[in-house]
Amino acid sequence: MKNLIRFSIILLMISGSVFGQKYMTKNGKISFFSNGQTEKIEAVNNQVSSALDITTGDLVFKLLMKSFLFEKALMQEHFNENYVESDKFPDASFKGKVTNLSEINFTKNGKYKAMVEGDLKIHGVTKNVKSPGNIEVKDGKIIATAKFSLLLKDYGIKIPNTVINNISESIEITVNVGLDKIK
Amino acid sequence: MQKITSLFLLLACLLTQSAKSQDLLDMLGDPSSKEYTTATFKTSRLIIGQSIENVAKGNLNFIISHHFGRINEGSYNFWGLDQSTIRLGVEYGLTDKIELGLGRSTYQKTIDGFVKYKILRQDNQKMPVSVSYFGNMAINTLKWDDPTRENFFSSRLSFVNQILIARKFNNELSFQLTPSFVHKNLVKRAIDQNNIFAVGAGGRYKLTQRFSVNAEYYYLLPGQTADDFDNSLSLGVDIETGGHVFQLFFTNSQPLFERGFITETQGKWNKGDVFFGFNIVRTFTIVKPKEFRK
Repeated sequence: MKNLIRFSIILLMISGSVFGQKYMTKNGKISFFSNGQTEKIEAVNNQVSSALDITTGDLVFKLLMKSFLFEKALMQEHFNENYVESDKFPDASFKGKVTNLSEINFTKNGKYKAMVEGDLKIHGVTKNVKSPGNIEVKDGKIIATAKFSLLLKDYGIKIPNTVINNISESIEITVNVGLDKIK
Repeated sequence: MQKITSLFLLLACLLTQSAKSQDLLDMLGDPSSKEYTTATFKTSRLIIGQSIENVAKGNLNFIISHHFGRINEGSYNFWGLDQSTIRLGVEYGLTDKIELGLGRSTYQKTIDGFVKYKILRQDNQKMPVSVSYFGNMAINTLKWDDPTRENFFSSRLSFVNQILIARKFNNELSFQLTPSFVHKNLVKRAIDQNNIFAVGAGGRYKLTQRFSVNAEYYYLLPGQTADDFDNSLSLGVDIETGGHVFQLFFTNSQPLFERGFITETQGKWNKGDVFFGFNIVRTFTIVKPKEFRK
């Protein structure tokens, strides 16, 4: 009996480390776009960390809010100071899964539709999100892209009345990460 | 026994499953390693003096600093609003660390040029303070008092060197200490000092995200200048509205550039001998970050 338990624990450990094939990057790209009535605001973050476990479908993202770059330096300051409060909530993260793993062949070059679902944490608030995306397998590299929208009020980010025409309540997020296999 | 084992196995499987995406997240490491403190103050001015903030690289600030007359002049001068002294200034962020500025003041028709350089930056790990150097040269362009004698251009010059030491304690409270050294090439009387030391101190407290109260004080070290003039004290508020910052304040200093307000302040607060004034700061993006160049 003891042997069985020992065996199963070892099996679990092995399945986690050896058979779990993981892909990762530290310089993925996530950008967002606010299509306000009087102003278009765009910001890009080129230092997004992301990892994907192709055996389980686990997919995670993590980024620093202060790494978002804006066209205007003052916007960047206001974003960090007044809206997302980066001193209090320095990072944003996503922890979820690719839910249609069986439809994606990670060993074969090609483009696949992917469904992703999980918990998105921004500004200290965690919400469940679902989004379709694309996964491209290319010579052992995985390129994951997605585009989805979120509402600022869902994450407790307030827009003052004076700039209500400048900032859109709905923000479009674009994800583009190239993941390399961990050796 | 068999049942317990299978239950244990099932549990273990479930646990590892649920822990897996967390493990994956942990594997990414903690990106929040070293971060520089930003927005210690809202603009490059605490009130009338320099703050630790630089204009961002490629950005240009246009600053209109405006003072009315003395409040205690009464209704005849509409409590000072009939008169004004101004300084028009621009400042440009050459790099992330170097800022250059130029200004022209009504006071003694002075043109001043300056450089501000970030030496140290406060971060979330070891560095507790930000430190900058500020150097200013001012040229007085008034007509010579006595054109008949031989006058030298160098007599018009005065210099200010400051070390700005600032700390953002939290989102609301920031504080700055500003040891200053002023040199005047020419002074009026033999007893007047050419070299003057002063220490500035100031801070801000944010009441809302876009509104703060500020105070700034410059203490003259004992000497002839301290005997003849007053220490500069300014109290004000910052109001931020997107692209602009408005700074409204009361001060006992008439001049709006460093040499002037540090060493030539004459107003007395206790007699109502103060000026109401404001700065309007507008930021323009001259060079976009490379990510946004089309």
